[in-house]
Formats: sequence, structure tokens, C-alpha cells
Amino acid sequence: MELDKIIDPANRVYSRPRLLDERTMHYCPGCSHGVVHKIIAEVIDELGLEEQTIGVAPVGCGVFAYNYIDVDWVEAAHGRAPALATAIKRLMPEKAVFTYQGDGDLSAIGTSEAIHAANRGENIAIIFINNAIYGMTGGQMAPTTLEGQKTATTPYGRRVDLNGYPLAISDLFAKLDGTCYVTRQAVHTQASVRKAKAAIKLAFQNSKANKGCSVIEIVGTCSSGWKMTPEKANKWMEENMFVKYPLGDLKKEC
Amino acid sequence: MAKIHGAVTIDIERCKGCNLCVVACPTDCLSLKEKEVNNRGYHFAYMKNPTACIGCSGCATVCPDACIEVYRVVEK
Repeated sequence: MELDKIIDPANRVYSRPRLLDERTMHYCPGCSHGVVHKIIAEVIDELGLEEQTIGVAPVGCGVFAYNYIDVDWVEAAHGRAPALATAIKRLMPEKAVFTYQGDGDLSAIGTSEAIHAANRGENIAIIFINNAIYGMTGGQMAPTTLEGQKTATTPYGRRVDLNGYPLAISDLFAKLDGTCYVTRQAVHTQASVRKAKAAIKLAFQNSKANKGCSVIEIVGTCSSGWKMTPEKANKWMEENMFVKYPLGDLKKEC
Repeated sequence: MAKIHGAVTIDIERCKGCNLCVVACPTDCLSLKEKEVNNRGYHFAYMKNPTACIGCSGCATVCPDACIEVYRVVEK
């Protein structure tokens, strides 16, 4: 069969999500943020929540999220996205409200806001991208950096006696009474992308139905920060990140 | 037996040449251009072996820049 007969709108099985803006993303080649943006856009479109979703953008690589997904957005101060989302959701309880945060935003400067918003049981979805490094500022050590991992500020590897232990913050969220759904996913293969999409969909439904706080941690790669090719970064993530941050549901009460 | 024909179109100006689609392809259909680059200097992906494509959407699902569209025809 000729290519031009196959390439016909009637035969299309996968296309760019409608809610993703035309702009080219500023992310580095192979960055996990792009895939997560894509599945968020697909989920909002599939649930028909285009007019009823408000996102809160973080500080970090994900800061320009509002440029890429065509829904209403608010930009929060560094780490304060869950606090802002709390206010938005309380004023407009019928909306689906989500925050999009990296590990520098959520597990470093914004730990207090995130933990307390989850503990209060705010009806928001927190999407947390964990790539174990501060990507935007040039690959410095984050609280989530693995033991022995080399970064710009730990050139000989992270030392536990000096820098402490890596922080698995989703495990803390799972212990809180206010959260209804805490899960850890990845987006490096087709199967994992589908699972992550299902998790994000459930989180949006929980937010819309006011069931409590949902936390979706996505273990991602930062090929520029880790100084690897995207392909090698995915392998390194499977071998090292998944040991400290195992995938799966940590809590599901919804 | 039904035969499956697939094809992909790649927005080459959006492609950043990350190689993730090439790795995700189960039929070894995609590759990066070795000597050509797009306007931003990236070696973009293309269908090296178009007849091998089965339209599984694996490449498009993992593409961080959403630059791949997938088409599939099942011939009975």
C-alpha cells in the first residue's frame, strides 16, 4: 500500500493534542516535561474540562507551562503553587484545579505549602515531576538527588553525612489523612505513559468531584542535568531512580 | 490474515532529535537523519523503513514535543 493512501485524515490514530499550543516548547531534547504536558492536554480534552480547569504553574523548568497548554493558568511564587491552588479551589469549588511542580519547587522550597495543602485535604491535583536535580539552574543537587549521584554541586557524588538522605516526599503525602490518591508513575515507555495518563485523569476527576488532594509524582529524566543522552538517561532512571522511587500507587482511597 | 499498514508524519521543524521515538519503535522503522538538520540545527527523525511501520503509536506516545502523527490501515 502506498504511503499517500495510508496518510489520510480518516486513518489517523494519533495526533497532537488539540489543547497543546502551536509554540515549540523550550525544553531540552528528550525532556520528560514535554510528555507530561502532552498527557495533561489529552486528559483535559477527554474529560471535557477545557473551560473548567485552572492550572497553577511553578518556578523551575516548568515555569512556562502556561504557554503550552491552552487552559486558564496562574503563575505562583516559587513553591507556593499549592497555596494559590487552595485559594482558587475554595473560591471556585466547581473547577478542576491542579498544580504543576518540579522537585525544586515542591520538595525543596515549597515543602511546607505542599504538605499543609495536602494535610488540609484541599480538593486539588498536585502533579509533581521528580527528576532528582535542579534542571533550570544548571543541574545542582536537589533534596531528591540520589545518594552518590554526581551533580554540579556534588561533583564527587551526594554524601549522606554531608547532604542528608534523598527525600521521597510522596511517601510522606501517602501518610496524610487529607490525601485521597498518591501515586508514582513514569513516562519513559508507551506503557508507562498510558498508566501515568490514567493516574492524571483520576486526579482531575477527584479534584472536580471534591474528593480530596491527589498527588501524582512522575519520575522523570533531565538528560542535560544528568549529562547523558535521552536514551541513556531513561536507562539510568530505570536502574537507579526506580530503586529509591518505586513506581505504583502509594495510596488509593477514591 | 489481516495486514496492517502504518505510517507516521513528523513535523521536522518541531523535532529536537532526541532519539526517543527511534528507541520506542518496535519494528526499527524510524531513524535520525545523519547529515541533514532542521532550521534549529537538530538531526530530525524520519521513516527509514516505511514498509515496516505498523501504526502502533509507540513513537508518538513517547515524543516529548508531540511532533509525530500516526496513521493506520487494516487491510482485510
